[in-house]
Amino acid sequence: MTVLFDGVASGMLLFLISVGLSVTLGLMNFVNLAHGAFAMLGGYVCVLLLSRLSVPFLVTLPIVVVVCAGVGVVLERTLYRRLYGASHLDQVLFSIGLVFMSVSTAFYFFGAQQQPLQLPDYLRGQLPIPGVDIGVYRLFLIVLGLAIAAGLQWMLTRTRFGAELRAAVDNRRAARGLGINVDRVFSLAFALGSALAGLGGALGVETLGLDPEFAVKYIVYFLIVVAVGGSGNILGSLYASLIIGVTDVVGKYYLPQVGAFFIYAVMVVTLVFRPQGLFGRGAAK
Amino acid sequence: MQLNKTLAIAALALGATAPSFAADPVKIGLVLPMSGPFAAYGKQIEHGVKLYLATHGDTFGGRKVELIVKDDSPGTSGDVSKRLAQELVVKDKVDILAGFGLTPSALAVAPVSAEAKIPMVVMNAATSIITTKSPYLVRTSHTLPQDTAPIATWAAKNNIKKVYTLVSDFGPGHDAETQFKKTFTAAGGEIVGEVRVPVKNPDFAPYLQKIKDTKPEAVFLFMPPGAETIAFMKGFADRGLAAAGIRIIATGDLTDEDVLDATGDPALGVYTSFHYSEVHKSPENKTYTDAYAKAYPKDRPNFMSVAGYDGMQLIAEVLKKTGGSTDAEKFIAAAKGMSWVSPRGKITIDPETRDIVQTVYIRKVEKVGGKLQNVEFDQIPDVKDPGKQ
Repeated sequence: MTVLFDGVASGMLLFLISVGLSVTLGLMNFVNLAHGAFAMLGGYVCVLLLSRLSVPFLVTLPIVVVVCAGVGVVLERTLYRRLYGASHLDQVLFSIGLVFMSVSTAFYFFGAQQQPLQLPDYLRGQLPIPGVDIGVYRLFLIVLGLAIAAGLQWMLTRTRFGAELRAAVDNRRAARGLGINVDRVFSLAFALGSALAGLGGALGVETLGLDPEFAVKYIVYFLIVVAVGGSGNILGSLYASLIIGVTDVVGKYYLPQVGAFFIYAVMVVTLVFRPQGLFGRGAAK
Repeated sequence: MQLNKTLAIAALALGATAPSFAADPVKIGLVLPMSGPFAAYGKQIEHGVKLYLATHGDTFGGRKVELIVKDDSPGTSGDVSKRLAQELVVKDKVDILAGFGLTPSALAVAPVSAEAKIPMVVMNAATSIITTKSPYLVRTSHTLPQDTAPIATWAAKNNIKKVYTLVSDFGPGHDAETQFKKTFTAAGGEIVGEVRVPVKNPDFAPYLQKIKDTKPEAVFLFMPPGAETIAFMKGFADRGLAAAGIRIIATGDLTDEDVLDATGDPALGVYTSFHYSEVHKSPENKTYTDAYAKAYPKDRPNFMSVAGYDGMQLIAEVLKKTGGSTDAEKFIAAAKGMSWVSPRGKITIDPETRDIVQTVYIRKVEKVGGKLQNVEFDQIPDVKDPGKQ
């Protein structure tokens, strides 16, 4: 049971740090490898507020969201928007360049060392339930992850903004013709993606640590989640994260010698049988 | 005019008596990871080297010392380090190669040192075999088996009989695992489980749970310090392994001063064996840590900075002995058997292996004046590298 719970929590962490990417890559169809850089920004904002200004952890999270969304909008207005029409290769080169710049910038300001993050006591330790050890922070991640997944899904399928975004992605010209302010929709969506990336980064620091390499180190995990989940689908990313998390943890528990291999096996098998991802929309484009 | 002529003649006359190379500076090429994942290594070693020059002057044996730093980021790809070392030798005409954060870097550059007959001073890379790869190579840091064997001996002596080993799945991790098993089982201990984890591992939950269910008396841990070690120790505390009576024993790089603050309180009570601690009690270390705090107020001195400091000290002493000559044969002959008191205690360069012989301390992480520190409480003097015996 404990193993299963840990797997779900591990998956939820993957979901939280990747969901921003499934917005920018999945929905907006922009290969944004700089996702990790936004996550790192979120991490640093959180840690600095916590350690330098002693802001309580839970209060830092909304600030992280606002800061990352702001930076996202600025970069979108000045840089990203020029590349919406470009080929995927150009987008990859552009965003990977941003990643390297962010790594050097973080190194310049904060140095190479790991940044300390002390969670408040009420988020640490384990709940004493007989038979299962439930980590409090892991439970917190699960609840928050589910809330974000539900909120995003609702927003995309039930609100006007969601409909406009989907329309704008599928066919920009027609959307514009219908009077949708495509530029504004894209800006907002990008801000949302950046904010989610930052939030994921801030929440991930406890488990993943935080140093200037953060932006590069976990890129593989973000991409695996989006690839397995299928693009353009928030619930897809959620299920993919959970499957990967549980397989990973269970695999490492029972077969530690080959445990590290499972996560890639899941990805390969998925992509062999469903190249568009588990919940992808096929070759919509 | 006349005065100028006289001066010129006097200068010539003096020049003839002093060795002809005295005018040239000694160029030291430092190959270090200054950016990328191991940038902290390069930073600490450079701090140590520069601190020695700042506190002892920069002229030894009549020659001024000049540093040329090359970034071999990420530090793990030997071909990058090798290319930089070749450039240093051919283009910059360096007299000494030094630095080397990680094993692949040192192993790749050693042949350059051997072929070009350039002395090479290794200031961190800790795999045992490195010193055998060039006859002109000396090491002022440590070797992994040297730090691993003492904790195994100590554990067996102190009623820890069942140990679970967890190491990172790469060269040094395998070395640490092998050495620990060898020494620990020879002393009557039992290994109840072992696992090698990927170097990049985002979640330790399954491994920690497995250890908790196996119920050993201690976990022997070897991982390169960084995000992973912090995650492991936090998980260890949060998951209640410490409360279940399981102890963490490790080599001291786990709780090195550079990462200790980021690990935070979960590191309290970890037992390690290592050759340097910021709170090592000696006048030499007091002088060193005070100077370090003044020069680099944002950082804490750790074993890498001390290895850089001692490496520079070795070069300085050798230059004094050889009268400024950096000829590889003379340099190594002078370095062999050299012994001095470093901030970490007495150290000696083994005349046979050119590797370092030093005291290894057993320490426990405690709070000293509000700061997490490795407090030494036992020691094993003059430990040679067991990897070469």
